[in-house]
Amino acid sequence: MPDYVLNVNGARLKVTAPEDENLLSVLRNRLDLTGTKYGCGEGQCGACTVLVDGNPTRSCSMPVAGVAQSKITTIEGLEQHGVLTPVQQAFLDEGAFQCGYCTSGMIMSATALLRDTHRPTNDQILAYMNANVCRCGTYPRILAAVKRAAQLSSTSAAGGVK
Amino acid sequence: MTVAPFDPLTRQLAASRSDANSRSHADLSSVSPDEHCSPAETRSLDRRDFLKLVGGGLLICLVPHTALSQESGRGGRGWGDHELPKDVSAWIHIDADGKIKVFTGKVEVGQNIRTSLAQQVAEELRVPFDSVTMIMGDTDLVPWDMGTFGSRTTPTMGPQLRSMAAAARETLIDMAAKRWNIDKASLTCDDCKIVDPKTSRTISFGELTKGEKLVKTVTGEERLTPPAQWKIAGTPVPKAEGREFVTGKHKFPSDITRPGMMYGAVLRPEGFSATLSLIDTTGVGRVPGAKLVQDGDFIGVVAPDAYSAVKALASIESRWKVPEQPSNEGLFEYLKANPEPGSKSEPQHLAGNVAEALASADIKLEDRYTVEYIAHAPLEPRAAVAEWADGKLTVWTGTQRPFGVRDELMQAFHLAESQVRVIQPDMGSGYGGKHSGEAAVEAARLAKAIAKPVKVVWTREEEFTWAYLRPAGLIEIRAGVKKDGTLVAWEHHNYNSGPAGIGTSYNVPNQLIQYHPSKSPLRQGSYRGLASTANHFARESHMDALSHAANMDPVEFRLKNLTDPRLRAVLQAAAEKFGWTSAKSTAASGSGIACGFDKGGYVATCAEVAIDPGTKKVRIRRVVQAWECGAIINPDGLKNQLSGAIVQGIGGALFEKILFSNGRIENPHFAQFRLPRFSDTPQIEIVLLDRKDLPSAGAGETGLVGLAPAVGNAIFAVTGNRPKSMPMAPENS
Repeated sequence: MPDYVLNVNGARLKVTAPEDENLLSVLRNRLDLTGTKYGCGEGQCGACTVLVDGNPTRSCSMPVAGVAQSKITTIEGLEQHGVLTPVQQAFLDEGAFQCGYCTSGMIMSATALLRDTHRPTNDQILAYMNANVCRCGTYPRILAAVKRAAQLSSTSAAGGVK
Repeated sequence: MTVAPFDPLTRQLAASRSDANSRSHADLSSVSPDEHCSPAETRSLDRRDFLKLVGGGLLICLVPHTALSQESGRGGRGWGDHELPKDVSAWIHIDADGKIKVFTGKVEVGQNIRTSLAQQVAEELRVPFDSVTMIMGDTDLVPWDMGTFGSRTTPTMGPQLRSMAAAARETLIDMAAKRWNIDKASLTCDDCKIVDPKTSRTISFGELTKGEKLVKTVTGEERLTPPAQWKIAGTPVPKAEGREFVTGKHKFPSDITRPGMMYGAVLRPEGFSATLSLIDTTGVGRVPGAKLVQDGDFIGVVAPDAYSAVKALASIESRWKVPEQPSNEGLFEYLKANPEPGSKSEPQHLAGNVAEALASADIKLEDRYTVEYIAHAPLEPRAAVAEWADGKLTVWTGTQRPFGVRDELMQAFHLAESQVRVIQPDMGSGYGGKHSGEAAVEAARLAKAIAKPVKVVWTREEEFTWAYLRPAGLIEIRAGVKKDGTLVAWEHHNYNSGPAGIGTSYNVPNQLIQYHPSKSPLRQGSYRGLASTANHFARESHMDALSHAANMDPVEFRLKNLTDPRLRAVLQAAAEKFGWTSAKSTAASGSGIACGFDKGGYVATCAEVAIDPGTKKVRIRRVVQAWECGAIINPDGLKNQLSGAIVQGIGGALFEKILFSNGRIENPHFAQFRLPRFSDTPQIEIVLLDRKDLPSAGAGETGLVGLAPAVGNAIFAVTGNRPKSMPMAPENS
């Protein structure tokens, strides 16, 4: 099995894994970064979403070899020195979860959306987030949280969403 | 409020309680109402052990009176071998530092009871919400509980905890009065302190409980704070530990790891009831570190990492004989023709003479409605980590019934109660789909074979195929109405789907309502709301059809036949908010309404749908739902539940359907089983009727039942064709 030094949340993490093992499995089972979730294993639910060089990526369908040279950001990497990002804060403020299992993936997708589109319209949010499933059905609150995060980002000096 | 399932105290407690249990298991059968004057009473010794461990303090236990004990104990359906509990149903402990811990067997699965129960305790104890810690669903730490289902937590555990908290408050006031040698009547309780308003002196809970080893048993008849005076209960307290979820720190069952843990996977047959005809496991040995575990029909693998476990499982070649079995085609005829073997069906509701009433009715209407099998599809599939140590099995797993899973493990491995501990971390939901402990038993079996902890996480395909489904069903209704719109006859037969919500809330003098259990070709079980969705879909669709046949407005027709003031109130509230009287239907869009009652909750739902003239695609544009379940404990959590139920209901209403043939699930993937998504979500407006004069009921389930019939009635308003099958707009059949 090859050795990798993965750049995860700004840290360089050594890991030995088969090159075709998916990033989700490597994060969860080899690096104990369990904030990223398994939901379907086929890129249909978005629970496993992470950022690879800033792009939202379904880690369940991404072989680890494909991200060996990339910057990977997981849910664990968002909070800095105890300060939540605007997206995290907005999810908290809106109570945009029930069981919370989809929340990591939702937050990562929303983070990517707001990086590219500072003030997304309703339709833009729907189109961007539609591949993320919340089985508890909290979509209206997640929608509100994304809008709130956009406002927080524009008013917050810290920004958090880079 | 804080969550501390793994802190050193609880760990220590668990170790000790299991010691105590193994010493004197039989001792747990007797209980005395007064701990103080019965030193020989063994159960109280157990509680004294508890106090010794936590360094003293005040322990409040509830010994439920008959009504409550029936609720916490064996239900009508009989879960396991439990008799009515002779011991307590929950504990509240206030330690020597004044910290408040609540121990309950109920579990948090996204319905927000970790928050709403703590609110009620904080309310009665007059303490800030954050000072209450809930210890939930850990079979070594909490009293026995049947499980978390049926919308029972709020109406049963809520009042029990309130009683205990009120008793704790009064006990602390007594202690302060004694300490100060004054009359207790003038003392109050505020912010973890007892206050003497005359002198402004205060004494904290910790100062009172320090050095004490006090056990107080209560019976659930304490005077509770009326909801009209609530300051913490009744308010929109945010979800407990929300920050853990937005930072990815919360450990769900599938996130648990243990030192030296291996990863397991289990070989599945090619179909239901299949028998193994050929197996070649030699490939397992070629996967580094992987081991085969074979025990009769059980064939599994373990490996040091999840990747290798999957490879090892895939290396096994097996052939199976799958017997011929029913398929979607002809399902409903099959369900009607095949009663459950050994079942006896009798009417749930029988009054007057339906045949005579129908014969004399001015309008008669007869129809059949169907619902398909659907999957719960919780986003977190079944998962468990099992660890054997010193003859004791500990399993972390996602389940709505930790004690039920403990029973399964005891049976599977012939263990005593004291030898099994099940811990339920707040999980990635269940919706009624996680009553069972399959992954727990599998992980335990693999862990036992290799003498190391093992984690098993089901794949999505396994969850679709080997969990259980919401029952499919056939419902036949015959009804009769007088010219003036008065209902005179109602006959309702439900084949297989279930009896929940089967009774009609409308006034009908002649009724025959019956559930007929069938031999289900697929494994089926509980689902959020049970059959209430199916029965409401059929009943409220039929009511809509009758109103049209009688040339009456659907709301007017319902109100004419309805006297229950609570159901009338939600119906009128929903219609008003929606603007029902001015709603117009066209060939492209229209509106429908439905209402109902189940499990203590009253619901009325209005839906507006749009249908694309070209593609005929149905889109739900707007939903207004009015809801009443007595005194509201957390309006924010309640709205979240109701809104979520509407969204989840869209799946079963429009497109969710399990496809199966010959013992195989044909669409066991999210790419094939259409779930509600952002783009399906309508504008949702929730109207809450807060009845502070009525007991609080649960709200996790019945919020689901109005959506499907409201949407069906709206589709009828647009097309003139009545949908009679759920899903109404399937995309995959």
